[in-house]
Amino acid sequence: MNISSKPRRSMGDLLPKLVVAPTFLVTLIFIYGFMLWNAWLSFSSSRMLPKYDWVGLAQYKKLFANDRWWVAAENLLIFGGLFIVICLALGLFLAIFLDQKIRAEGAIRTIYLYPMALSFIVTGTAWKWILNPELGIQRMVQDMGFESFRFDWLVNTDMAIYTVVIAGVWQSSGFVMALCLAGLRGVDENIVKAARVDGASMPLIYRKIIIPGLRPVFFSALIVLTHIAIKSFDLIVALTGGGPGYATDVPATFMYTYAFTRGQIGLGSAASMMMLMAVVAIIVPYLYSELRERQHGH
Amino acid sequence: MKLSKLGLSMSLALGLSMGVQAADVEVLHYWTSGGEAKSVAELKKMLEAKGHSWKDFAVAGGGGESAMTVLKSRVVSGNPPAAAQIKGPSIQEWGEEGVLANIDPVAQAEGWDKLLPSVVSDVMKHNGKYVAVPVNVHRVNWMWANPEVFKKAGAELPSTWDEFFVAADKIKAAGMTAVAHGGQPWQDATTFESVVLGVAGADFYRKAFVELDPKALGDEQMIKALETFRKIKQYTDEGAPGRDWNLATAMVIKGDAAMQFMGDWAKGEFSAAGKVPGKDFVCMAAPGTAKDFTFNIDSFVMFDLGNKDLEKGQNDLASTIISPEFQEVFNLNKGSIPARLNLEMGKFDDCAKLSSADFVSTANANTLVPSMAHGMSTYSAVQGAIYDAVTEFYNSDTLTAKAAADKMVKAVAAAHN
Repeated sequence: MNISSKPRRSMGDLLPKLVVAPTFLVTLIFIYGFMLWNAWLSFSSSRMLPKYDWVGLAQYKKLFANDRWWVAAENLLIFGGLFIVICLALGLFLAIFLDQKIRAEGAIRTIYLYPMALSFIVTGTAWKWILNPELGIQRMVQDMGFESFRFDWLVNTDMAIYTVVIAGVWQSSGFVMALCLAGLRGVDENIVKAARVDGASMPLIYRKIIIPGLRPVFFSALIVLTHIAIKSFDLIVALTGGGPGYATDVPATFMYTYAFTRGQIGLGSAASMMMLMAVVAIIVPYLYSELRERQHGH
Repeated sequence: MKLSKLGLSMSLALGLSMGVQAADVEVLHYWTSGGEAKSVAELKKMLEAKGHSWKDFAVAGGGGESAMTVLKSRVVSGNPPAAAQIKGPSIQEWGEEGVLANIDPVAQAEGWDKLLPSVVSDVMKHNGKYVAVPVNVHRVNWMWANPEVFKKAGAELPSTWDEFFVAADKIKAAGMTAVAHGGQPWQDATTFESVVLGVAGADFYRKAFVELDPKALGDEQMIKALETFRKIKQYTDEGAPGRDWNLATAMVIKGDAAMQFMGDWAKGEFSAAGKVPGKDFVCMAAPGTAKDFTFNIDSFVMFDLGNKDLEKGQNDLASTIISPEFQEVFNLNKGSIPARLNLEMGKFDDCAKLSSADFVSTANANTLVPSMAHGMSTYSAVQGAIYDAVTEFYNSDTLTAKAAADKMVKAVAAAHN
């Protein structure tokens, strides 16, 4: 009895581990392993091909002395900040409006959510045409008779980064709307009714009860939007190509240019380490607070 | 060293799995557009006539950036193709990695040193041995003009930059776009190097973009060239930023714009539209550069695969590429001129004949210089640093030329070490 049941139990113990093992191994090598490899390269003098020597922080020093890097970093701040704030605000408003038990809600919801189904390349290309002063909005309004109308952000060095915000918001605010709508549907109707009985106005109820109740939804949306912003590459490439000049460069396009087209793999690796640090700085506190809350809950 | 050993074992394994077969020559190239693809098909036919099979490895993407990325990953994984389209100082970079095959025996047997001008053969050699074979010579400092537009505006074709601005003013006053430009960093740089050459001359150009002398890069002449370059912007249209070069060429073809500064690959667009040089369009050197020549040479390098069969195939490929038949067919399609000297130019058009004559005369006058914008004069890191300074300046209205020149000096120094 004893002898025969023992191996069977260990087999049962082993099976889940065995099933998970390949995924675990793949993640370990292709995510964490490559992160370490990249970190190693960022401390090397690698140029066209990887080289495994040690030059300390030289690549980071070079990176911080590079004007273009700071343009890219500033662009990420502008783009990321505006993109996240506008997406959250717009998504919330759309969700609140949709939640008023309106007719054809399903159709409208689908329309707003659809841009999410497109790739950023498509979004970027479409907006490139819409915003092109010779083809798009500017031309259309001018042809309608308003000769002095100007909307040339796409080709204006100082304003081009905001066109990226416009296209990004168009694509992603529907997603935030869907999340918020799900959150709103989860709010207990009885609380709202009780507040109404106490004489609270609808705006007050939203401000004091419903929106604070959506906190976890905002957190999830924030995390998703943040990493979309930091990783953004395809949208920039399709919409502005980093231009005019390199005015809309972001860290991801900077890293690609240096590591792959300019034969400065060391510098490119240092740039991607900085991007990793930015993601870590945002994700780790979030994970920490989430996990702590769960422990408190138990 | 480690790399080539890896490559050796990989190719041995490959060789074993393929058994005994005639050489399967894999060629990485980025000639995918109409005329180019036709030329490659020609090369394939000629190689197959010598009993080898051609394994096409085309990676699309204009300047070959994507092709280079693919090539790097293939080489790092120890599995390089037999031949790849690599040009300019990059040949030296690959040579330093010790992965290239020596094709000197073929070159010596066929006497390449006598066939090629020394500026060309120098680029093809690593440590004095041929590792690459040139396909063509592109001239970059061209100006493509639509004479119809000039006539309508009552302007003269310019041969100096001062004349250029007079003509451009007239065309602008007549309500037309004077310069068709594509605002992408490489196109900015293409125009800029012609301006530098026209404003400051070939000796200065060489000091700045080949020797990377910081004194030249920050010099008064450079500042003057930068200012002249940015003045061109007011004669371009609003749709210029981000435009592809062939769309800019189309503007000149259709008569929407008067001229474009672009290498002689632009001629392919004119020919495809059924335009005749000298009649429908004019090809002339960019203002002030009639006695200079910026060259851009496409070439193939062979990778060391340690396989006798393949070596034979690689050698045959090299001698096919340099053969007069291929050089003629290819360059007729591509718009460039043959890299080897003393070829019969009878079948070529007037632009190519002018280019060919200037190529020889500038080589003798020492005003033949490598194109910075097309990666012929420096490593890609330095080229990128110059690109950044030039394109930032061009697209800014506030940055002064002095500040831009200082930035260029700083960025080039940082990329150089």
